[in-house]
Amino acid sequence: MILRGSLTGQRLAGIFLFGWALFNYPLLYLFNRPLAVAGVPLLYAYVFTVWAALIALMAYVIEKRRDKS
Amino acid sequence: MLQGWVIVACSIAYLSVLFAIAYIGDKRADQGRSIIANPYIYALSLAVYCTTWTYYGSVGRAASTGIGFLPIYIGPTLVAALWLFVMLKLIRITKTHRITSIADFIASRYGKSQLLGGLVTVVAVIGVVPYISLQLKAVSNSFTILLHYPEIVMPARSAALPVMQDNTLYIALILAAFTILFGTRHLDATERHEGMVAAIAFESLVKLVAFVAVGAFVTFGIYDGPGDIFGRAAQVPRLASLMTFSNDAASYGSWTSLTLLAMLSVMLLPRQFQIGVVENVNENHLRKAIWLFPLYLLAINVFVLPIALGGLLHFPDGSVDADTFVLTLPMAQHQELLALFVYIGGLSAGTGMIIVETIALSTMVCNDLVMPGLLRQRWWPLHQERDLSGLLLAIRRGAIVAILLLGYTYFRAAGEAYALVGIGLISFAAVAQFAPALIGGMFWKGGTQRGAVAGLCAGFALWLYTLLLPSFAKSGWLPVEFLRTGLFGLDLLAPQRLFGLDGMDETTHSLFWSLAANIGAYIWVSLAARPDVVEASQATLFVDVFRHTQSKAGAQFWRGSAQVEDLLPLIGRFLGPARARVAFERYARAHGAPSVDALHADADLVHFAESLLAGAIGAASARVMVSSVVKEEPLGMDEVMNILDEASQVRAYSRQIEQKSRELETATRELRSANARMQELDRLKDDFVSSVTHELRTPLTSIRAFSEILLEDPRTALAERKRFLGIISAESERLTRLVNQVLDMAKIESGKIDWQSAELDLRTVIEQSAAATQALFRDRNVSLALELPDEVPVVRADRDRVMQVMLNLLSNAVKFVQPVTGRVRVKLSVALDGLRVDVIDNGPGIRKDEQILVFEKFRQGGDALTSKPQGTGLGLPISRQIVEHFGGRIWVESEPGKGATFSFTLPIHPERGAKEGVRRTGP
Repeated sequence: MILRGSLTGQRLAGIFLFGWALFNYPLLYLFNRPLAVAGVPLLYAYVFTVWAALIALMAYVIEKRRDKS
Repeated sequence: MLQGWVIVACSIAYLSVLFAIAYIGDKRADQGRSIIANPYIYALSLAVYCTTWTYYGSVGRAASTGIGFLPIYIGPTLVAALWLFVMLKLIRITKTHRITSIADFIASRYGKSQLLGGLVTVVAVIGVVPYISLQLKAVSNSFTILLHYPEIVMPARSAALPVMQDNTLYIALILAAFTILFGTRHLDATERHEGMVAAIAFESLVKLVAFVAVGAFVTFGIYDGPGDIFGRAAQVPRLASLMTFSNDAASYGSWTSLTLLAMLSVMLLPRQFQIGVVENVNENHLRKAIWLFPLYLLAINVFVLPIALGGLLHFPDGSVDADTFVLTLPMAQHQELLALFVYIGGLSAGTGMIIVETIALSTMVCNDLVMPGLLRQRWWPLHQERDLSGLLLAIRRGAIVAILLLGYTYFRAAGEAYALVGIGLISFAAVAQFAPALIGGMFWKGGTQRGAVAGLCAGFALWLYTLLLPSFAKSGWLPVEFLRTGLFGLDLLAPQRLFGLDGMDETTHSLFWSLAANIGAYIWVSLAARPDVVEASQATLFVDVFRHTQSKAGAQFWRGSAQVEDLLPLIGRFLGPARARVAFERYARAHGAPSVDALHADADLVHFAESLLAGAIGAASARVMVSSVVKEEPLGMDEVMNILDEASQVRAYSRQIEQKSRELETATRELRSANARMQELDRLKDDFVSSVTHELRTPLTSIRAFSEILLEDPRTALAERKRFLGIISAESERLTRLVNQVLDMAKIESGKIDWQSAELDLRTVIEQSAAATQALFRDRNVSLALELPDEVPVVRADRDRVMQVMLNLLSNAVKFVQPVTGRVRVKLSVALDGLRVDVIDNGPGIRKDEQILVFEKFRQGGDALTSKPQGTGLGLPISRQIVEHFGGRIWVESEPGKGATFSFTLPIHPERGAKEGVRRTGP
C-alpha cells in the first residue's frame, strides 16, 4: 500500500517534469510561430492541448491506483 | 430593467443564498453529517484561487499580452502533480499540531516562535490587503458599469465621490458583516468553517458557469466560433501580434518566473492555505483534487482568448477597458440577463476571495499579533479573567472589519492608479517569501528560527524595495525619480535594475532578488548556529510527521509537573469553561479515567491541553500560556537528541522484536513437539529395558531353579536329571536367542547393521526355511504346505534376513496352532506392490486390537504376564524392520478362532525399494 502510494507520487512527479519541459523554452519556442491549426493560432492550440493532456494523464495515474486498491 | 435597485436586490439575494448554504453547512457539520466531505467540494473550494483578477483581469491581461496570463494557471496545474509530496505533508502536519494558519505553521515549526508568527502575519497583511482592494474595486466597477446600462460608460474615478456616497464602502461593510457571520459565529478549536467552505464551493461553481456562459455567448453568439474570431483578429496586425509572444530571453524568463510564482502562491496565499490545508476534512480528498482543480482552471480559461480578441475587435477604438469585456460585451449586445449573471459571477469571485482571505488574515492577526501582545502587557491582568473566548471572538471580528476597511482605504488612495492593476502579482511575490521557511521547514531539519527570520526579513525587504515601492512611485506617491536613481541617488540601487540587473520584467526581477536573498539568508543563518531544544524537537516532529503521527509524539519532549486544576481553567478561559470541560471529559474517557478530577496531569495531558489551546490562539501563545501554569523542567539538547534517537531505535527494536518473537514461537512449537517425541522415546526405552529384563528373568529363573535342584539333591534319578538338564539347555538356548535378537534389534534401530543385497529367488528362500523348520513341525505334528508358482521375478534383498523373517513367521505359526489338527500353508504370489508371501495358519487367531500391537516390541500374542510366554516378543518387530528396510510391508489378517494370515511383500524393483527402506529406518 505504501509502496503503491509512493509509486503514484513518483509517477505524478514524472508528469510534473514532463509538463515543466513542455511549457518552457526551448520546446515552447518550437510552437511560438504565426501559424494556425484549424483556425486556432498554433501557440494557443499547443498550450491548451498540452494542458488538457497533462490533466488527463494525472487523472489516469490517480484513478487507476484507486481502482486497484 | 437593470435599475439600481434590481442590481442591489439581486446582489443581496445572492449573498443570502450564500449565507443559507453556509448555515446549512454549519448545521450539518454540528450534526456530524458534513456536506463538504467529498473531493468535489474540496476541489471546487480550492478554486477560490480564481478571484476577480481571474474573472475580469485575465481578459485584460490577454488583451495586452496574448497568452501571457496563462502561467498563473499553468503553475498550479504543474505543482498539483507534486501535491502528494508537499500538500499531503502540509495537511498531515497541520492536523497533527492543530495549526490554524500559515503564520501559525511557520511559528510552530521554528520552536513556536512568537516573533516569526508576527512577522509572517505582517508580511501577509501588507502583501494581501491591496489584493482585497482589487476585489472591492472590481465589484464596485462592475456594479457601476451595469448601473449605466444600456450605455457603456467606464467608471469615473470613485475617489471623486464623497466617502459616504461611495458604494464601495457599503460593499466593504456588507462583506465584513458577512465574513463575521461566516467565519466567527463561534470559536472553533480547529479553526474549521464547514459552512463557509460549502458557500465557497458554490461560489466557484457560479463563477465558472457565468464565465463559460459569457465565453460561449461571445464565441458562438456574437462571432461564428473561435475560428472566426482568430481569423478576423489575424487580419489586424496589432491583434495578430498577440498570437505569439516575442522570442527573446526576457519573455521566456518572465513566463517561467510567473509559472514558478503561481506554483508557490497556490499553496502559500493565506486563503489557499486556509481552504486547502486548514479546512481539509479528509486527506484522501486531495487525490482527486490533484486533477480536478487543474481541470477547473483549464475550464475557466478556455474562453479568455476568444473574449479578449472578440472584445478588441468589437471595441476597436480602445474606449472600453479590456478588464471589463466580460461584462461590456453582453451589454453591448443588449443581453440584460446575461450581463446580470456575469455581474453575479464577478460578485462570487470577489466575495469568495474576500471572505476566505479576511478569515485567514483575521485568525493570523488575532493569534499571532494581538494575543501575544495582550498576553505580554501588564496593565490589563488577563490572567484574572474567567472566560476570554468572547474577547477572542471580538478580536477576530475587529480584525475582519479592520482588514476590509484597510482594503477600502487603499482602494480610495490608489483608485485607478497603477498600484491596483499590478497588485495581483505583487501579492503573489509577497507570499512567495514564505516558501523557503515553509517548504524548507517541512523537508529540512536543519532550518532554524534565526534562519527563517533572516530569510523572511531579507526577502520581504527586497520585495518591498524592488516591487512595492516602485508601484507606489508609478502611482505618484513617491517621486518618479526614485525609480531611475534609486536610494541615495545611487544608480546601482535603482529598484528595478538592482545592481544593474537589466532585461527582466519587474516581477521576475523582484522575484529573483527577493527569493535569492531569502533562500540564501535562510540557509546561511540556519547553518551558522545550532537550533535550540524546542526548535530541534519541533523540526523532527514536522519533518518526520509520517513517522510520529500519533498525537502523543509531542508529549515526549515535555517534562515537569502540572495540576489538572490549573490546566482546565486555563483552557476554559480561552475556549469557554463548558467546552473546555467537555474536551477534558472526552480525554479522560479516552484514557480510561473515571472523571476529569481523576486525571493525572502527565506530559500527555499537558500536551493535549497545549494543542487544544493552540487551536484557539496559535501555537506560540499557547506555549506561553501553558508554561505559565505548569512547572516545566527544561530538557537539555542531549536529552532531546537522546529521545529522538531512542524513538527511532525503539521503532527499529520493536520491529526486530516482533520478528524475533515470531521466530521464537515457531522454535518453541518445534521444540515442544521434539520434546514430546523425546519423552515418548524415553518411555519406550524404559519399557524396552523393563521388558527385556523381564524376558531375561524368566529363563534365568528356570535355569537357576533346576540347577539348584540338581546341586542340592545328588540322589535325583538319572531320568529326572536328564529332563532337568534338557530344560536348562532349552532355556539357555532361549536366553541366547533373546540376547541375539535384542542385539539384532539394537543394530537395526541404530542403523549399524550390515545389510547384504543380492538377487534373490524367494521360492528357494521359502523352501529352505521350510526345510529348516521341518523338525519343529514334525515334533508338534503340524502339517506344512507350500504353494509356490513355477516362476517368480527376482527381488533384491539380504538372503539371511529374509530367511530370518520366514523362520520367524513359520515358528510362530507352528507354536500357536493345535498339534495334530494344526495346518500351516505358505503361499507365494505376485501382487501389485511386489512379491507377496502369506503364512496361513488355523490357530486361535488374533484379536483386532492386537493385530497392530504384535509388531511392536515385547507384545506377544496373549497376555505376556499371566500365560507362559511362547516367544521372545522380538521376532515380529525384527521382521517388520527387515521387510520395511527392503521397501515392503508386513501385516496380519485374522479373526479370532479362524486362524491368522501373516503376509509380507517385497518390491520387484528392489533398487528403489531398498533406498526407501533405508530412509524409513534412518534417523
